[in-house]
Amino acid sequence: MIFAVAGLVAAGTFLVTSRSLSRIVLGFALLGHAAVLALLAAGGRAGSPPIVDGEPASDTANPLPQALSLTAIVISFGLTLFVLALARRQQVLTGDDLVEDDVEDRRIATTHDAPEQSIDETRELESLNDNPEGGS
Amino acid sequence: MSAVVALCVALPLLASALVLGLRRMAKVRDVITLSTMAAVTGLAGALLADVDRNGTVVLRVGDWAPDLGIVLVADLFAALILLVASATILVVELFAIGQRRTPAGADPAVVSPILLVLAGGVSLAILTGDLFTLFVAFELILVSSYVLLTHQGRESQVRSGMTYVVINLFASTLFLFGVAIVYSATGTVNMALLAERIPELPAATQVGIGLWFLIVFGTKAAIFPLFSWLPDSYPTAPTTITAVFAGLLTKIGVYVLIRFFTLMEFDELGPLLLVIAGFTMIIGVAGALAQDDVKRILSFHVVSQIGYMIMGLGLFTVAGVAGAVLFLIHQIPVKTVMFLAGGLIEDDQGTSALTKMGGLATSKPVIAVLFALPALSLAGLPPFSGFIAKLALVDAGMSSGAYVIVTVSLVGSILTLLSMTKIWLGAFWGEVTPSAVPASSRRSITIMQTAAGLAVAGTIAIAVVAGPLWRMSEQVAGDLLERTPYITEVLGEVVDR
Repeated sequence: MIFAVAGLVAAGTFLVTSRSLSRIVLGFALLGHAAVLALLAAGGRAGSPPIVDGEPASDTANPLPQALSLTAIVISFGLTLFVLALARRQQVLTGDDLVEDDVEDRRIATTHDAPEQSIDETRELESLNDNPEGGS
Repeated sequence: MSAVVALCVALPLLASALVLGLRRMAKVRDVITLSTMAAVTGLAGALLADVDRNGTVVLRVGDWAPDLGIVLVADLFAALILLVASATILVVELFAIGQRRTPAGADPAVVSPILLVLAGGVSLAILTGDLFTLFVAFELILVSSYVLLTHQGRESQVRSGMTYVVINLFASTLFLFGVAIVYSATGTVNMALLAERIPELPAATQVGIGLWFLIVFGTKAAIFPLFSWLPDSYPTAPTTITAVFAGLLTKIGVYVLIRFFTLMEFDELGPLLLVIAGFTMIIGVAGALAQDDVKRILSFHVVSQIGYMIMGLGLFTVAGVAGAVLFLIHQIPVKTVMFLAGGLIEDDQGTSALTKMGGLATSKPVIAVLFALPALSLAGLPPFSGFIAKLALVDAGMSSGAYVIVTVSLVGSILTLLSMTKIWLGAFWGEVTPSAVPASSRRSITIMQTAAGLAVAGTIAIAVVAGPLWRMSEQVAGDLLERTPYITEVLGEVVDR
């Protein structure tokens, strides 16, 4: 279980740090699974089913982490959808799903004398400024 | 009184569902939204009066035992912050109703219900007595903030909204891992039980849990190494929304930090907190000095001011924590009204760039007054609330012998004043530039100015009632550091069962 959590966290973190939004979404899905697994692992070992054969209550699995996991799953599901919608919006607006540079960074890059970059950067900045309505 | 505690959370959420169905009836929607927030503010006031007189109110949802069920706890700290927070949301909602007639305004059919969800989340985060409900409350707040930030769908909003969402989503995931870690270490997520069990853990585990939650809550509160998402994302949203974010979201992070760290006795992290506080103050204010856009300057100030509260917490003395509490109470309305004034400037001039405006002191004296009063308070000049809060913090620092952090905080104060002067010079003095957007109707301007005026009156009121507030803050800090009142109030009746 712990190895599964570790593997999911590693893959998820790698994907989240990438530049493409679809990968980031996948990364968060993996991280969400990892967190839920960790919650389950925190509940201790699996017990026997609670109602069948009238098992004593002390042998059943701890229900609290399962309740917590359910809530967490629902929340992460909703958020994944929201991020997907955002990524789609970005794709409609800019034509790609890459994470863009910080505005501040770009402003510094344009003021700094960097000829091979500046044309590209200025164009991006202009498109940012010229498009206040964003086609909404 | 325990019904009131539940209503503070349930009322905004129910009203939000109702308002969502009233897309076309703007008048009815406004009335419902405003009256709901007014009701919550009234309830919070009643709760504060009751808690101050009769002690902590504890509500066990569904009458489950506290180690299994959800517990809502209204102690003096929670009631104080709840009152300030709901009053702030009320004022912002009023401002939003005025602003929707202007071109930059947000769509009220979206803002009203989502703001109510946010209010419900804020109440829940303040009142909750267990870690997992806190996670759910944070998600409520964050999801509504994602929607508020991006609902206009402009390119800059989607871009910065993406950064905001990704960073906060990551912090939420870490929070969930933190809950799992805490649960496997102690077997509970109830904060009062945690407060009993965490100090019994091995020292290394304690520090690990403390650092983990410092990162989680620190990302929400935008402390030093984790703040860079804030100045990038806040300025792109419409003013109303930035005002709520700046006034409340980061402050809820600080509230939770104070509650969690005092309750779990993470005293050994105090020096680390002080270092973080110093860096947060200076880097925040230095960032503000480098900007020339009103909203970006104010966003960096949000970061800088967080440092002062962390400083009070880091001292881990009654005076220090009391100072932090007082600072928190002063910051929520002041920060909000600063952004509202910034929004008035932006609506009038059609831009928030300082280089493109000027002369507002002669052309729009009302805005000048509305900006000047909270700006002086923010910089900590007497007789405003900022002075009292900063004096309390500096005094606490001196009596603990933490001279370095006191010096840093004073330097930060001077730099804050400097950057406020910069806004004043750029926006209010100099040649008069004509109003770029004359289209805003007189009525909406009146509503917006009334809302901002109310908030300014609120900040001044804080300075006026500083005496009782300071007494309450000291009592809050005493209770927080003592820990036993909270624990026995929450767990008290378990013994009887």
